[in-house]
Amino acid sequence: MASDQAMLVYLGEEIGLPAHERVLKLLRLLQKEPPEWLRNLQPAYCSLMVTFDACRVEHAEVEATLRKFETRAITERPGIARRVEIPVCYGGELGPDLDDVAKAHGMNASDVIRIHASCTYQGYFLGFAPGFAYLGDLPEEIAMPRLETPRKKVPAGSVGIAGRQTAVYPFGTPGGWRLIGRTPVAIFRSDRKPMELVSMGDQVRFRAISREEFREMEPG
Amino acid sequence: MSLLEVESPGLLTTVQDLGRMGFGALGVSPSGAADPVALRLGNLLVGNEPGAAALELTLMGGSFVFPEGAVIALAGADFGATLNGQRVELWSPHAVPPGAKLILGPTRNFARCYLAIAGGIRVAPFLGSASTHLLSGLGGYEGRALRKGDVLELGTPEKKIRQRKISQTVLLSLKPRKVLRVTEGPQSDRFSEDTRQSFFRTTFRVSEESDRMGLRLEGPVLAAKSAGGMITEGVPLGAVQVTPSGQPIILFVEQQTTGGYPKIANVIGVDLHSLGQLRPRVEIRFEQTSLAVARSLWREQERLLNSPEQLFA
Repeated sequence: MASDQAMLVYLGEEIGLPAHERVLKLLRLLQKEPPEWLRNLQPAYCSLMVTFDACRVEHAEVEATLRKFETRAITERPGIARRVEIPVCYGGELGPDLDDVAKAHGMNASDVIRIHASCTYQGYFLGFAPGFAYLGDLPEEIAMPRLETPRKKVPAGSVGIAGRQTAVYPFGTPGGWRLIGRTPVAIFRSDRKPMELVSMGDQVRFRAISREEFREMEPG
Repeated sequence: MSLLEVESPGLLTTVQDLGRMGFGALGVSPSGAADPVALRLGNLLVGNEPGAAALELTLMGGSFVFPEGAVIALAGADFGATLNGQRVELWSPHAVPPGAKLILGPTRNFARCYLAIAGGIRVAPFLGSASTHLLSGLGGYEGRALRKGDVLELGTPEKKIRQRKISQTVLLSLKPRKVLRVTEGPQSDRFSEDTRQSFFRTTFRVSEESDRMGLRLEGPVLAAKSAGGMITEGVPLGAVQVTPSGQPIILFVEQQTTGGYPKIANVIGVDLHSLGQLRPRVEIRFEQTSLAVARSLWREQERLLNSPEQLFA
């Protein structure tokens, strides 16, 4: 039970593709055939939170229905994954924690950049803030824990890492991830279709760009 | 078209309705009025749909001019409002003559006052809602709090407005609480019996750093048994999450949609609107209840809010 109006369905115990696919399939099926009482769906790495209309149903009924959906979701196709490339200007004032990350791993900043930009990441889910995609898995070689004291405001477009995850902050929000660069591309725009740059299930790569390219691509 | 001119915006005034539900998969939290009960009642008083867009004022009012006149109702906290110098009572509709000025002062009791206007406020909807999401700058009026000089368009009232008040009995039963009822959180078992007991025994203070994203609480440190190791998951509205420093935060309307801190408890549905009326420095307590009780209270409250014959005096 998550609350008196929400349930958490756990579909795995560790972050990885098997749990991700189960979450994505159940999400897609519920989005396609939403029960009357369904109010909101919040996917994550290994879970799906289901918010319901507490005037219409109670937990037991929601649980029973979700079990049936779960069984049916196994044969569901997860949909076509898009490939998304995100240009990033690494380091300097746009990535103030890059040098610390390099130092902690006894490597040069350029190694961290090379490793970060050489992987294809899974778009596990969108959470935290509009359009914020949790991407993984970040190679262990450059993994770092969160900052002890989160920043009060992280500039929009900042590329952060935390544990085996990486992400781009869509808006100027508080944040505790270590910032290694910034993208000039808008992550979430209400006047774009789709609004989010990265959708759940997408395959994401980062491409290093120069300061000049960053400036040219920056809107306004 | 009728207008509303912002002469002075107050401390934090935003356009809010009942929020946008159903976009969690995009990372978008519902937002919406911090006290949805007050918003609904205010709208009903001026003949609107309960979820019409209205202004949410925080702690300190402002002044607003209605060049073409309007019918308004104030709901929620008492900001000592006056209309052309005459006191405006809460919880009943008032005709505003053309050019009249509504002035609201500092709060005299709770945190938020709603200004509902017949016909509602017209702004471009974002994901089906007029609600302002301050953090991301989306929705509402240009995605931000109102400023001096802003001019808002008003909708056309659909009905003839009846002169009636919300009954005192109803107001008493919906009065914001400082003892918040909670059900168990999904990670309650990560806290020792002692910690859980102290959670329910202690009085917490609402921190000055609280906002529409979350209410930070000051009190004893609530240490989780095992630090870290939790996988980020969806977090419901009203979740009481405990940060590594042992500080509880109640996630509120503009909440982050997912989080990785353990949740010791969750405020029940009927007490969520009370969260919207908690001022900084106010002292609160938590009281354990069951899902069954939470459900029956919620159904009772929804029945009441949907029964005009019971709501009005």
